[in-house]
Amino acid sequence: MKQVITGNTGPRIRSDIEVMLELTETGGIELNLKSKVKTMYGKAIERQCRDLLHYFGIENARLSMNDSGALPFVIAARIEAAVKALTGTEKCFIPEMAAENLYASSRDRFRFSRLYLPGNSPGMFLNAGLHSPDGVILDLEDSVAPERKDEARILVRNALRVVNFYGAERMIRINQGERGLDDLEMLIPHNVHLVLIPKCEDAETVRKVDNRIREIKAREGQNEMVFLMPIIESAAGVEHAMEIATAAKSVVAMAIGLEDYTADLGVQRTKEGKESLYARNRLVVASKAAGIQPIDSVFSDVGDMEGLLNNVLSAKAMGFEGMGCIHPRQIAVIREGFSPSPQELEKAKKIVIAYRDALEKGLGVVALGTKMIDPPVVARAEKTITLAVRLGLLPENWIDLEESKN
Amino acid sequence: MKLVENAAGRLVPDEINGKEAIPFMGVGKYRPSGRKYGPSIPTCIDYPEDNNKVVGSLKEALVRCGLKDGMTVSTHHHLRDGDLVSNQIFAIASELGVKDLVWLPSASFPCNDPVIQYLEDGTVNRIEGSMNGPLGMFVSEGRMKGMAVLRSHGGRVQAIQDGDVKIDIAVLAAPAADSFGNARGTGGPSPTGVIGYAKPDYLYAEKVIVVTDNLVNLPCFPMEIEGNYVDYVVVTDKIGIPEKIVSGTTQITKSPDRLLIAELTTSFLEKSGLLRDGATMQAGAGGTSLAIAVYVHQLLKKKGWKLSFGFGGSTKYMVDMLEEGHMGYILDAQAFDLDSVASIEKNLNHIAYPVFNAYNYHSKGNLTTMMDIMILGATEIDTGFNGNVVTHSDGLLLHGIGGWQNCLHARNVIVPVPLFRDRIPVIVDRVTTLCGPGELIDVIITERGIAINPRRQDLIDAVRGKGLPLVTIEELKDIAEKICGKPEKADFDDRVVAAIKWVDGTVIDAVRKVKR
Repeated sequence: MKQVITGNTGPRIRSDIEVMLELTETGGIELNLKSKVKTMYGKAIERQCRDLLHYFGIENARLSMNDSGALPFVIAARIEAAVKALTGTEKCFIPEMAAENLYASSRDRFRFSRLYLPGNSPGMFLNAGLHSPDGVILDLEDSVAPERKDEARILVRNALRVVNFYGAERMIRINQGERGLDDLEMLIPHNVHLVLIPKCEDAETVRKVDNRIREIKAREGQNEMVFLMPIIESAAGVEHAMEIATAAKSVVAMAIGLEDYTADLGVQRTKEGKESLYARNRLVVASKAAGIQPIDSVFSDVGDMEGLLNNVLSAKAMGFEGMGCIHPRQIAVIREGFSPSPQELEKAKKIVIAYRDALEKGLGVVALGTKMIDPPVVARAEKTITLAVRLGLLPENWIDLEESKN
Repeated sequence: MKLVENAAGRLVPDEINGKEAIPFMGVGKYRPSGRKYGPSIPTCIDYPEDNNKVVGSLKEALVRCGLKDGMTVSTHHHLRDGDLVSNQIFAIASELGVKDLVWLPSASFPCNDPVIQYLEDGTVNRIEGSMNGPLGMFVSEGRMKGMAVLRSHGGRVQAIQDGDVKIDIAVLAAPAADSFGNARGTGGPSPTGVIGYAKPDYLYAEKVIVVTDNLVNLPCFPMEIEGNYVDYVVVTDKIGIPEKIVSGTTQITKSPDRLLIAELTTSFLEKSGLLRDGATMQAGAGGTSLAIAVYVHQLLKKKGWKLSFGFGGSTKYMVDMLEEGHMGYILDAQAFDLDSVASIEKNLNHIAYPVFNAYNYHSKGNLTTMMDIMILGATEIDTGFNGNVVTHSDGLLLHGIGGWQNCLHARNVIVPVPLFRDRIPVIVDRVTTLCGPGELIDVIITERGIAINPRRQDLIDAVRGKGLPLVTIEELKDIAEKICGKPEKADFDDRVVAAIKWVDGTVIDAVRKVKR
């Protein structure tokens, strides 16, 4: 192959660049740049291209570019992908890691909302973190066309180093099988916090991913744990939920993907979701038993915020602790849905205060008004309060403030 | 002609199209003298006794008005992108062999691109008004014979009133008119709601032609154009394409990033205390502004507050506020959608209010200084808070000023903008073209932080410690450059292709021909 095209262009494409690279025998580097930002950045883009080709040892080539305002990390990824496709080089051009991208994650952080970003669409990366999702998922699987998988991986690597996700947990969704393990090779060294394993059906798959990640981390001399979130998307996966949830220490959450699950069952996915009730229940129970977070499927009608909120409330009622999002506007609704409502909070406060009073008075029985309160009710109220404090809905010293009111 | 440095440090021509021009002297520094301009005194002797001024065609009307070389012809832009009248004027002039006309529209739209051929064949010497798209490109490339003059809506009124421009013939499309020339913006097949932009034209033009596709019985009431100022009435099949005059419904942005900016803006209005019961507010019809209107409406509902009035460009979202009791009145210079047009017809508190009365700086006060909250856009803002709305960073002239400069005189000017568009920073070290001085721009709201003009310590104090992402304008510029890289400046030729007027008629900046 003498000529290759990487990247995207078109009337609706923004912040990307289509690169057409052709290796030639003589004549040096011939550049042809079409760009809407040519006046401001034309020289910078040409300089960057020449430097990159030189870095990859290419002395003779024709490089045509159709630019819609791509940032340097995108241009670099597109050119590297083109060079790799033509020469098969193992060499990588790795941009400098931005200092603000070195933050860590933790096992028990909230994962209410996680925003899917199609891995080959750089226009959506840049502002994703500004919408305050709990996590961003750079997706290499279903949202990337098969013939674009290689270039997406390079783009995602550069994004992990350059793009500021403003504190969101940095997640990637890898491909299935061998390709997925290759995804890990390229991406794990760049401060990935969590890996989503798609269409997971058994513990073995989880262990394979976990082992490979630990090998890479050891090789790189990095020691943070990379968390795993298997996605259950089939009948077999549902039946093996418990063993998947406990397959590795790094599993912190388990998600369900209902589009594929209903397809596997050969039924329609409905808004009411009767067809997936068992699977969702099973996933919640297995997750809770394993001490990890159960995460619900995405809600695909991005225009229907009321439907989304109802969906979140019913998921929360089933025991789910998060949900995927495919549009930034879904994030706030999901957070609101999973947060304790004012009524819930008031009730929880009363119960916790009554429990404390009973303890102080040495009473064996806790009562609120004329109603007896069982220990599990107290435990649930305490969970609600802890959640509210962590979400900043209640100050940590709320109980002192309550008492000073009385 | 020579270039002189004005008070804003910009090099501007001291002469425009053969007439002396005054360089910008600073905000509120230039004081005009003399008397307002007036057209010749007419007499009833020259008009038909039955007052039927209908003539056979626009061509006949133009000929009877004495159309000849070098004249200035004005139009209004209420037909927006559905205007079927303006281009005809120049087609007729070209056919008659008339040369070197000056076109003075209150704004131009993509539908006016055919005028380029009349600029090329010498029928039209220049445009004094807004230039968008291909027309802007035509000017930027130095292909227009005369120098373009860009004025704000209020600046256009000022220039006509003061006699800076003298209109020989005003051709005013009207959705309804009677045979005497009384005209209004409602009714007929091409309603625009209001036609207030025509006010300085009919008052000050030497000759006035009303063009309508809806001749009604006398009196055409309530009239916005008064028949005793009108020379001829032309009845035509169609003055406009309705779906291009107003939108069915103006659409709120779907961009999550723009919605984020709108939310942040609303939060700023709340936390700063600027939004309160009885406040006055104006926002445009851009997608972000509409979203702000919706969020503000929600907040007003929650608080049980009512804005005392809003100034339009009206949209469905303002009409909703009016109808639900969260806005006392809409004062309206132009209707952007069908809901607004309908509202003007039925709601007594939705009032036609021309920019003639609202925006003119050479007036005994105007409406803009009464607005508490003013939401505006910009193509560039620099670290001195100066704003540009007419060119892009590549130097091409692509937008008109609209009412932007006039609105800068509001009490609190808030500019919600993305920090960069694709790779192009909006916050820069120096605006490509200066349209508004930084001392009048108070708050810049971007998705990556809010910068308050240091001159507004009161606003800084009001919002400090309230959880808003406050940054300095320099920080915003640095963030933009860190993400996008430092942009190079556009390369210009020496030739001035357009002059940018300030609200008082002085020259605030000049646009040069781009080098290709």
